[in-house]
Amino acid sequence: MRIATVVIGAGQSGLAISRCLSDRSIDHVVLERSEVANSWRTERWDSLRLLTPNWQCRLPGYAYDDSDPDGFMTTPEVVDFITTYAKVIAAPVQTGTTVSSVRRTDDGYRVITDQGEWRCDTVVLATGAFNVPHVPVFSEAVPSSVRTLTPMDYRNPEQLGQGGVMVVGASATGVQIAAEIRRSGREVTLAVGEHVRGPRVYRGRDIHWWMEAAGVLDERYDEVDDIVRARRVPSMQLAGSPERATFDLNALTSIGVKLVGRLAGINGGRAQFSGSLRNKCELADLKLGRLLDRIDEWAAANSLDDSGAPSHRFAPTVVDASPPLGLDLTSGEIETIIWATGFRPDYSWLDVMVLDGKGMIRHNGGVVDSPGMYLIGSPFLRRRKSSFIDGAGVDAQELIIELAAYLDHPASSSRG
Amino acid sequence: MTTTDTPVNNGVNVEALLGAREALTGAPEAAQFTWRATCEWQNGTHSRSSVEGFFGLGAEQSHRTRSEFDADHPEIFASADNGVTPVEYVLVALASCLTAGVAAVAQNREIQLRSVSATIEGGMDVRGILGADSDVRNGFSDIKVTYDIDADASPDEIKALVAQSQKRSAVYDIITNPTNVSVEVR
Repeated sequence: MRIATVVIGAGQSGLAISRCLSDRSIDHVVLERSEVANSWRTERWDSLRLLTPNWQCRLPGYAYDDSDPDGFMTTPEVVDFITTYAKVIAAPVQTGTTVSSVRRTDDGYRVITDQGEWRCDTVVLATGAFNVPHVPVFSEAVPSSVRTLTPMDYRNPEQLGQGGVMVVGASATGVQIAAEIRRSGREVTLAVGEHVRGPRVYRGRDIHWWMEAAGVLDERYDEVDDIVRARRVPSMQLAGSPERATFDLNALTSIGVKLVGRLAGINGGRAQFSGSLRNKCELADLKLGRLLDRIDEWAAANSLDDSGAPSHRFAPTVVDASPPLGLDLTSGEIETIIWATGFRPDYSWLDVMVLDGKGMIRHNGGVVDSPGMYLIGSPFLRRRKSSFIDGAGVDAQELIIELAAYLDHPASSSRG
Repeated sequence: MTTTDTPVNNGVNVEALLGAREALTGAPEAAQFTWRATCEWQNGTHSRSSVEGFFGLGAEQSHRTRSEFDADHPEIFASADNGVTPVEYVLVALASCLTAGVAAVAQNREIQLRSVSATIEGGMDVRGILGADSDVRNGFSDIKVTYDIDADASPDEIKALVAQSQKRSAVYDIITNPTNVSVEVR
């Protein structure tokens, strides 16, 4: 079947671009391997809530409109939000359709699925950036007596034995899982590499409110110094909770989580931690200080200083004088390891030569290095907020301009 | 950062470094370097190492001159003290690596340095190397570096220079992370 555009993936990003395509009457289909919002249904732990507040859940033509704007959606609520969006915009979603190959043809692309084949002029890749848990190569050296899980396997602490747990990685995922397991009474060791510290609330307002107001979330990919680096920055240590709790390392230490340096290797059954913990914490404290300076400057310039709480700074991250550099994984002290070491996209079905040496798509603000192909829903695609629900809309609205121009003049359309 | 009339000059060619980074990003083969030293036993615990050539950018390279380094142990270890101890070379390596990094980062951030001095101390329980207690490690139990920096920057900007320098330092990485070492006999 021939169609102007095939969108692959019916999460927030695929649906946002679908809405923009419909607005321009561009004939398209949204292919979804399972159901709408599938990753939200199947690949998230039980207690997870969205880390952006409800009021920030906005998509083209739809937004949160209920009684708790400052709250955070549970995973079922996110599924409901996205499913309702698909209905509201009448997105042409074809569920239960797994794409096995996308190929370049003389006149566009050929999309092969288990439900037949599509020919199209343009393709939008909206399959998400967090498909496969990334686990360090030395994970193979974990003794067989230790159980290992990824955040996609992890559901809740009851799934674990009563023994000690080592969580590897201290971005948003790692800190949330570490806190939850520690609260269940288990001993938790958290291996901490580079991380981004953030308070949930600053001066009486959500940190995301400040970051949006001060323009941080809207910083563009073509404005930052080093976009390659910006796209690899770990997620801020934030979680959505009814208490609006902060999940920084001091909060974790206060409930008894033990901090160690980055897991650097496993040798002879022994986990080796980097001696860099102090510097990683110093870097994160200084970076937080710069963010708060920027927020304070914005508040002063916008006459917000008189209302709400005054400017203040958070206590530096507390690090033991000599954190342990090693841990015997054969002693039984650690029963489970959870790899919160990030995710990678899965493009195994993409038979177009657009991947760089690290398996990431070569693109310029979502305009992929192959004519008529577009990417959406990837960290810092076009803006710092690109990986949040709230980032999907503006990215879609800008990418649709590129896509429509390409459909009008396939040969002369410029990149980016 | 303070705006001054004269351009910031810490003597670091940042443009060349950034150019190299860009060029080598697309040419990982050229980025493979091998650093070398040779070492000759003299007498007792005294040895003399020399450094001259290295491999990088796909070819043999050479320093402007050959450098020699005497290493020995002090007289309280019943040695002749013909040079500093090997572990002191490690401290020298870390301090010089971090200090070079401070200058480079400052140049990149347009911060004029006036003076940078570091004191570095490595604590060691020598019962480890003496074999007196098998629970004591041979190497440093901890290393402490203290910087005094005079620069056109706020205290937090100066702290950030030193933190970033650690993040990009080869020797800091070598010391804080494990490395596979193979030692063979021909």
